[in-house]
Amino acid sequence: MKSRNEMKKRVVVTGLGVVAPNGVGLLDFKDAIKAGKSGIEYYEELKGLNFSCCIGGTPSVSNDMKLQYLTDLQLRNFSSSGIMYGCMAGIDSWRDAGLTFSTEEPQWDSGCIFGTGVSSVQKMADASNLIDQGKIRRLGSNTASQTMASGVSAYLNSIIGFGNQVTTNSSACTTGAESILMGFDRIVAGHTEKVLVGSCSDDGKYIWGAFDAMKVMSYKHNDNPTQGSRPMSGSASGFVPGSGAGAMVLETLESALARGAKIYAEVMGGHVNSGGQRGGGSMTAPNPLAIQKCIIEAIHSSGVSASDIDVINGHLTATIKDPEEVKNWAIALGRSGDNFPYIHSLKSMVGHCIGAAGSIESVGAVLGLYEDFIFPSINCEDLHPDIEHVIHRSRIPRTVIEHTNTKVVAKASFGFGDVNCCVIYKKYENE
Amino acid sequence: MNNQELIDKLKKIVKPYIQNQEAYENLTEETKFIEDLKINSANLVDVILDVEDEFDIEIGDDEMEQMLDVKSSIEIITKKIA
Repeated sequence: MKSRNEMKKRVVVTGLGVVAPNGVGLLDFKDAIKAGKSGIEYYEELKGLNFSCCIGGTPSVSNDMKLQYLTDLQLRNFSSSGIMYGCMAGIDSWRDAGLTFSTEEPQWDSGCIFGTGVSSVQKMADASNLIDQGKIRRLGSNTASQTMASGVSAYLNSIIGFGNQVTTNSSACTTGAESILMGFDRIVAGHTEKVLVGSCSDDGKYIWGAFDAMKVMSYKHNDNPTQGSRPMSGSASGFVPGSGAGAMVLETLESALARGAKIYAEVMGGHVNSGGQRGGGSMTAPNPLAIQKCIIEAIHSSGVSASDIDVINGHLTATIKDPEEVKNWAIALGRSGDNFPYIHSLKSMVGHCIGAAGSIESVGAVLGLYEDFIFPSINCEDLHPDIEHVIHRSRIPRTVIEHTNTKVVAKASFGFGDVNCCVIYKKYENE
Repeated sequence: MNNQELIDKLKKIVKPYIQNQEAYENLTEETKFIEDLKINSANLVDVILDVEDEFDIEIGDDEMEQMLDVKSSIEIITKKIA
């Protein structure tokens, strides 16, 4: 008798796109993360505005690059960095998968679940000013399309022409990972053949300000920005804000094989849950039991076992919660010391890209699996002692590790509101 | 400013929004914004804002509703700048 896992539809990743602070486009990003290159910079503007944390990560995108994705008309009165990054990553992944844009008829078996934490804070600020000055007419026609939460998926739809579900999910820093799992679930349920998934986040003062006010961002590295984002370090003093977008094309294995598509990895399954802001969980802190359950359920639903996990692509933000996260992985997997999987944090190079974090980091996870490398976690030479009590320091790659024959990667993201998501990826082998 | 100068200015204003290049090149007073130039109806408010900026005038809601073609637009602009 076939197990449940063999009977359900298999889902693979056939396209990737990424716009990250340390690399725009798949090739630049791959080179950057292998080299341990930081994309964190100092911003004089933030200093002038009395930010405590004056460093952050912003993808380097020129006007010419924007015009390769959006038309002149679309870029008129356009001030939505998140939507721009999302369109770039989304379109790149669609093209990378060898897929085309619709002409007259939409692609009925293709959908889009593209998340964001908040859409177009700059546009909202501009609009608010005009409204308060009584100049409501000056908002023009495209304030709604940029500030609606689903703006990014709507813009992607205008370019690609989906005929299946087009929507936007939002669950704070879990958003990106969650979009992938939602796309996976929709394909497994048989509602569609392909889904473009991913997430994006604005850059700059208006989105980062709220976190600066909460004192959760690092203020100690304004003089040495590239060393500012320090996940798992004993001297970590808060996260460094980032921005950008990550995207993937998910597709049934059947469809990918039929059209001879490149297969980056197989999505084995995953789980999404909440700690209910109970049992130690709150608006801003996770309930540890919920994190453990999320990881255990993700593994269970994927048909792999805890001992199969080769690499953990953690949430690991560089706040005081990192040691607790490592402890939760150890408990959930029943593994510790030098038996613990490799664990790393992409945030060490790009900062915490908030709504885009889960998707950018997932692109890193899938790339590593496909090209057989484990990117380094930088800035943790002074490993937090509470982490070293749980796992051996050799489990954290400080420089890239290649040719490890990595088979299974677990990616988790946790977000404000006490929400969690864990996705399990496996190297695709023609079996 | 004579009529032709006004038409030339208006032609420049609508350029970013048009989706029918042929109709645009053959633009006359009779040309309609939506039917002929295939301007997305949502963009008509942007055309009006650009007209306001170009001629330093303000266009009311009633007048806006009439500005669906070159001829009526020129009439309203002429009245405003007189």
